[in-house]
Amino acid sequence: MIAAILSLTVLGAVLGIALGVANKFLKVEGNPIVDELIALMPGSNCGQCGFPGCSGAAEAIVAGTAPPTCCPPGGKALVSAIAAKLGLSVDLSALGDDGPKIATVAEELCIGCCRCAKVCPTDAILGAAKQIHSVFREACTGCEACIEKCPTEALIMKPVPVTLQHWVMPKPRLA
Amino acid sequence: MGFMNLFKHFLGDDWGVHPDDRKRPAADRPLRVMPVPEKLYLPLQQHLGGPARPVVLVGQQVKKGELIAEAQGMISAPIHAPTSGTIVAVTDITAPHPSGLTLPAIILAADGRDEWIDCQGCADPFALDPVDIGKRVAAAGVVGLGGAAFPSAVKLTGAARSKVKTLVINGGECEPYLSCDDRQMRDRAAEIVDGIRIMLHATGAAEALVGIEDNKPEAIAAMQAAAAAVPEVQIRPVPARYPMGSEKQLVQVLTGKEVAAESRTFDIGIVVHNVGTALAVRAAIRDGRPLISRVLTINGNCTNDPGNIEVLVGTLAEEVIAFAGGLKGDGIGLARRVMGGPMMGMQIPHWRVPVVKGTSGILAFDAQEVAAQEPDPCIRCGSCVKACPMGLLPLEMSARIGNAAYDEAVGIGLKDCIACGCCAYVCPSKIPLVQYFVHAKGELAAQDRNKLRNEATKKLAQQRQERLDREARERAEAAAKRKAEREAAAAAKAAAEAAARQAAETEGESA
Repeated sequence: MIAAILSLTVLGAVLGIALGVANKFLKVEGNPIVDELIALMPGSNCGQCGFPGCSGAAEAIVAGTAPPTCCPPGGKALVSAIAAKLGLSVDLSALGDDGPKIATVAEELCIGCCRCAKVCPTDAILGAAKQIHSVFREACTGCEACIEKCPTEALIMKPVPVTLQHWVMPKPRLA
Repeated sequence: MGFMNLFKHFLGDDWGVHPDDRKRPAADRPLRVMPVPEKLYLPLQQHLGGPARPVVLVGQQVKKGELIAEAQGMISAPIHAPTSGTIVAVTDITAPHPSGLTLPAIILAADGRDEWIDCQGCADPFALDPVDIGKRVAAAGVVGLGGAAFPSAVKLTGAARSKVKTLVINGGECEPYLSCDDRQMRDRAAEIVDGIRIMLHATGAAEALVGIEDNKPEAIAAMQAAAAAVPEVQIRPVPARYPMGSEKQLVQVLTGKEVAAESRTFDIGIVVHNVGTALAVRAAIRDGRPLISRVLTINGNCTNDPGNIEVLVGTLAEEVIAFAGGLKGDGIGLARRVMGGPMMGMQIPHWRVPVVKGTSGILAFDAQEVAAQEPDPCIRCGSCVKACPMGLLPLEMSARIGNAAYDEAVGIGLKDCIACGCCAYVCPSKIPLVQYFVHAKGELAAQDRNKLRNEATKKLAQQRQERLDREARERAEAAAKRKAEREAAAAAKAAAEAAARQAAETEGESA
């Protein structure tokens, strides 16, 4: 009886320690750079990149299977941030990004069908059936998911207006 | 260089620059009061903080001093009608800002009667509760008139709450060309001292130190005469040196205390107000009059008749210039339009922008004064390091900002930069150093806004997911409930039928 208890205890302890040591030395770590990239990305999981959400895109960019330019809502700012993080050189001028854009509803065209509101990943479109819809400027990430859904082409992407609160003094020309 | 100066030089205490002040002859001319213009353009944001919210309708008649836009949020200031008349529009106008962007404003057409509303003054301000003074100052829309336009009531009540010991009154006026504070100290010394006493009462501070640069001997004499009978108000001449009128520098020269990096004067028991603000506070408390006008300096080589003018807030710069005798040769030699001082003021795109509460000057420069020059490479002479009043390394910071390494620039003190422009002023290569820092600060603010926006987006996306999950769950539960009800109903029906059958059978048996 005692011999059985002792042998099993010793066996358990030895195997447990072996497992603990193995966990410490043979650990497969998640790539920390992926987490950093996820933190940079818009995080609305809009799916325009073709990957399942922002984490999928981040993994693909780190693995090199997707270009750093694959995220439309992130725009130029995100591309340069990712390029800086991964040490890539990206030709930003080829991107044709003219600043962040947001969706706006052309009120004379909107028929109040609610299709756009259903696909918006951030619930930025306000509207009820047969009521003219409207976009919350602060909540829209410019992912363009709603654009294709509109049967009357009432949704248009427009550049975010520059206001006094957002204006930044341009950088002086280098000597 | 005298022995003392040499000593200071070795101690690193020779910050700042000594530009040619060019304050005279404008400062020596008597103050002129500009008549009411036909139309006034009143931006809803003339102060730091949240913009005011209009409380008038288009077409409404207002009297002079009537509230037309109320304060919104903790840090904000209301706006009052500078004259009696009709509200013509609430629309976007060009902002007095280098961007040339627009901002919403109320447009008021004067009726020429200039009729005041009933002003509730107070004969004995010292009987008032300090909190009450703060409320009255806030209601009068008083903001710091030195240039930054921070709501004064916030500073007064904040000072009372953090129990400051010393009130520093800023009569430094270190910016070249400007002399509006100088003129007011000469003309209205007694009123300023009265205003300072009211501020002392409101803040609970024991003493007031009035710092005046020694290039204004007339102002010092007038203020000393006015404060002779008031022991708690001390007039302290300070050496003329730019940026002496900067809060942190003035406090250090007057009290010997240094304000730590990224902290405020409150933290060392001091609050700073401008001399013009003391006048505005006095008018708000003694006469119950809101801040609707200010004194500003018109100056620069292109002006025909430089001097100090009292104008209503909302008057177009164009009309102020016309009143002050216009520009030489109708502005042919004009090279730059500036609102505020030449060092820290704003270059404006045209003259059709209104005077706001914080406008201390309107300057019209010719090419000789602007002295625009293409920048040359940095020769690492260190002039900017010696000039920087905050003890920073402008050449190192600008090199990092040039490479878009904003975080590194912050690491070597970008956030402590007060954007005084001493570095760019002394640079022998004419590198626009201070413009780099203003750009970088804007860029960092934009990055912070982006970060907040990203966080908000993530939260929104998460909330949407939760909502979709909840809806799916609720649908499933409702379906399950309906199914259960259906089954229960069917079972009940079956049971009833069975019971009926049984009853019929037993009936049949008994029969």
